[in-house]
Amino acid sequence: MAEKGEFASMTIPSTLYKRLEEMIEETDFDSVSAYATYLLREALTPLEVESEEVLSEEEEEKVKERLRALGYLD
Amino acid sequence: MISPHGGQLVNRLLKEEAREQAEEKAYILPRLGVGDDLAKDVENIARGVLSPLEGFVGREDYQSVLRSMRLANDVPWTIPMVLDVSEERADRFREGKDVALFHKGKPLAIMHLEEKYRYDKEEHARRVFGTTSQAHAGVAKLDKMGEVLLGGKVDLINASTSRFGEYKLSPFETRVLFKEKGWRTVVGFQTRNVPHLGHEYVQKTALSFVDGIFINPLIGRKKKGDFKDEVILEAYATLLKNYFLRDNAVLAILETEMRYAGPREAIFHAIMRKNFGCTHFIVGRDHAGVGDFYDPFAAHRIFEEFPDLGIAPLFFRTFFYCKRCGMVANEKTCPHSEESRVNFSGTRIRKMLSLGEVPPAELMRPEVVEVINRYENPFVE
Repeated sequence: MAEKGEFASMTIPSTLYKRLEEMIEETDFDSVSAYATYLLREALTPLEVESEEVLSEEEEEKVKERLRALGYLD
Repeated sequence: MISPHGGQLVNRLLKEEAREQAEEKAYILPRLGVGDDLAKDVENIARGVLSPLEGFVGREDYQSVLRSMRLANDVPWTIPMVLDVSEERADRFREGKDVALFHKGKPLAIMHLEEKYRYDKEEHARRVFGTTSQAHAGVAKLDKMGEVLLGGKVDLINASTSRFGEYKLSPFETRVLFKEKGWRTVVGFQTRNVPHLGHEYVQKTALSFVDGIFINPLIGRKKKGDFKDEVILEAYATLLKNYFLRDNAVLAILETEMRYAGPREAIFHAIMRKNFGCTHFIVGRDHAGVGDFYDPFAAHRIFEEFPDLGIAPLFFRTFFYCKRCGMVANEKTCPHSEESRVNFSGTRIRKMLSLGEVPPAELMRPEVVEVINRYENPFVE
């Protein structure tokens, strides 16, 4: 397990806290904070997102030329 | 297309006039010669393979990676990318000034030195490799490293000439390639071995669920007894030509050293493939392990700590060939006893090949065996 670093506090409804507390019973999470951290990190990173185009059209064409020359593209 | 790790693909390749100026400047700056492994790290940083890193880590990131397996900004990162120097040499460089990195007598990159700091090798070994044993290749290498680490961004002047240039693609190139192929989902396969049927079965099983497979052999320093890079590459090229569809499989190399850091390295390997544009990553038994330093499935469990990794791991356990099933199988798919099973033991296959024997077709494709047998000695000495 990763070691603990610096922390900040946040406030959540106590009913939600209780629900989380119940959910981590018989899991490897040793605290509600650890579980909430996990859920927040999960929520922050969608698996697939459209990233911005980082190459100009001209640069992309050069890349395609190289890929064709190497036989990766027809 | 999947977002690069940390959100942006790093590009620190100097071009045209800026490159020429940097090359001239390199000769008047304080100089630091780097070896092959560090030169590869520099190049991988500059080409975006190690995004979001723009250089070698500073103290805050270093400690955070060691202790929390995350950069100081909370982005998952498990292997600290460091540039080490001796104390004597470190005294020649000033924080806030540039340093010219040279490789094989040529300017490689300009490093914008942000900080110099000392580190604890024992702690580094324990956290990254899970051991302080000198029998571990990574620990032994660490022991020989300088006492001071240099942190700062790098700008690449000259990319190295690779022996396998025709198989060397940058993340910018693979992302264009995957897009042109129409792949939305891509599984990455890390390897440092020649392929046997167990590998092929894993690759094809994973491929069944995604649009394409990116087979990405690791080319670089390995340990004695591993297959030579050229053998691995030629064996895979042969496998792909004969047993994969060109529309669904791509072979390209990744030039970096094996760290043998087991579970931490599995995460590191996944991050690099995410930068290449992979959405999924195959993690096998004892991924990046060496000897018996790691639990064979520790590299699976560690992914549970990274819900925000952004690339989906596909876990595979042990496969074997079952004579009664007449196919590659695993414990979940085969009801037969041990006597019917032929294990894909790398050690056994290596031994057969080194004795000039031909592994049976249920273990290795004959075309692959033929490639390996063309080499007088296919192993690293």
